[in-house]
Amino acid sequence: MPDKLIEADDLSKAFGQTQAVVGVSLQVASGEIYGLVGPDGAGKTTLLRLLCGALHVDSGTVSLAGFDIAHHVEQAREQIGYLAQRFSLYEELTVMENLKFFAEVRGLPAKDWLPRSQEILTFVGLADFTGRRAGQLSGGMKQKLGLALALVNRPRILLLDEPTTGVDPLTRQDFWELIIKLLRDEGPAILVSTPYMDEADRCTRVGFLRTGKLIREGTPSELRSLILGRVVELAGQPQSLLARLASSDEDVENVQRFGSRLHLRIRAGQSEVVIQRLNEKIIGNGGKLDSLRMIEPQLEDVFIVFAEGVS
Amino acid sequence: MSTAIHTENLTRRFGNFLAVDHLSFEVQTGQIFGYLGANGSGKTTTIRMLLGLLHPSEGSARVLGYEVITQAEQVRARSGYMSQKFALYNELTIRENLAFYAGVYGVNDAKRLNEVMGSLDIESHQNQRVQDLSAGWRQRLALAAAIIHRPGLLFLDEPTSGVDPVARRAFWDLIYALSADGITIMVTTHYMDEAEYCSMVGIMRAGRLLAIDEPDNLKHKLPGSIWQIFAEPLLTALEIIKKLPGIIRTNLASDHLRLIVSPDLRIEQIQQRLIEAGICIQKLQPGEPSMEDVFMAYQ
Repeated sequence: MPDKLIEADDLSKAFGQTQAVVGVSLQVASGEIYGLVGPDGAGKTTLLRLLCGALHVDSGTVSLAGFDIAHHVEQAREQIGYLAQRFSLYEELTVMENLKFFAEVRGLPAKDWLPRSQEILTFVGLADFTGRRAGQLSGGMKQKLGLALALVNRPRILLLDEPTTGVDPLTRQDFWELIIKLLRDEGPAILVSTPYMDEADRCTRVGFLRTGKLIREGTPSELRSLILGRVVELAGQPQSLLARLASSDEDVENVQRFGSRLHLRIRAGQSEVVIQRLNEKIIGNGGKLDSLRMIEPQLEDVFIVFAEGVS
Repeated sequence: MSTAIHTENLTRRFGNFLAVDHLSFEVQTGQIFGYLGANGSGKTTTIRMLLGLLHPSEGSARVLGYEVITQAEQVRARSGYMSQKFALYNELTIRENLAFYAGVYGVNDAKRLNEVMGSLDIESHQNQRVQDLSAGWRQRLALAAAIIHRPGLLFLDEPTSGVDPVARRAFWDLIYALSADGITIMVTTHYMDEAEYCSMVGIMRAGRLLAIDEPDNLKHKLPGSIWQIFAEPLLTALEIIKKLPGIIRTNLASDHLRLIVSPDLRIEQIQQRLIEAGICIQKLQPGEPSMEDVFMAYQ
């Protein structure tokens, strides 16, 4: 299928005794954003590095826009833009010089990268800063330059390894707006790993990785529906009392803080019973309730289920 | 309640660049103070001044009753500090790393090692080398090292950056436990759900403290209202809305736009403008302000 730009089949990779990636298969089509999530150390970065050919697989195959990286690594790499978790910029070089350097390293002739540079600098909002040294850019602008560098070769495939880690909320929102516009305008296949579940929610599909295995895959709404009707929001005072009463309820599987509220995960079919029971207990113990209701599960609720290993 | 941190016109320049601009605030003993701001807004510079590691260009600060300029040693002896870049020795075990930091701080009490490992629940891994630990365990160890000398005040600089949602919650459980023991905490974070866990939050921009209050008060004081618009095509709707005067912030969420709208702009006006442009509005509803909205409104 030509529109499957990323095709990974049964990838495995071990480091010594540690199985970092175990039998992972996934496909990402043109115009899709695939979000890779999972606990720290689940193998997200290793998987991304296998996909871009920076690491060799022990077994399995990777094909990028139809090029098998084991046999056509050069052609395969030409298809990719890669933004590493801690990407490096030359701080003493200007924005434009960074782009030039990056383009030349990738073997692009000036007639290709020069017009492209103008286009992507305008796209990421750095057109007025071409002469500024990278070291003088704000954190958000560095982030945008990093993205511009990854886009200079007009990649059909974009691999982003936790691109917004350590980045403030404003920069994060701007970054995602750019990614979604890029998807509309150029239709690449994007694979992104992230610790932020609101970002995973913006993806076309999401894969959950745990101890190197891809244990579940689906659209955000498919994943959320796995625990539909089983998440209850609880807010009020004092929070310690609410948390204690909720945790001790026999039908409450899990209690987590979500900002100023608690999310309770309820045994299937018991939400209404729990709501009524908790309501009485909390009032009876002198607590004050602001909210006690069933809510639509968020992707973060689902993450917690998978991370716990509950099926 | 006594005061753990008190600053008055605390200022730091680097050449012509004003990194921290006349900062005056107080943190009371026992509070968890969330210190928010974009990268480069002056958060880390403030913390370095409060630890006496960097001289203020102007103004003063007292930490735990000591002047940071003249009594830096007393401040550092009573404060802990942890960041993502905390130095741990990869080839040493958890216990050996902690023993090293105990030595640095002049803590020669073997019981304290066990006590700290017990309270952070890392005893079971004490003989593992750091290089074999996951990010979550390293983070716990870094926290243990930061509190080995029983500090009264703990600075945490983006302690949960890049940490998964479950590990972040586990880390906050530890912060709460330390706070319950009476340790004052000043923490920076880019996770706005964590800002909700703080008893007080300050928001920095370009070196200036724009707001400082309890999370709920900050939300109530938001200078605008929140609207969520579900429409097709969403990106076109966003481009139109961004051009309207009176739009404080926009956020492109998965299937809707989240807007912070100033009181001068009525939602009907937005609606009308979208309809004129041929946008199909599926749903339009008010939203409750979150800390992320608060942060965005001040940027």
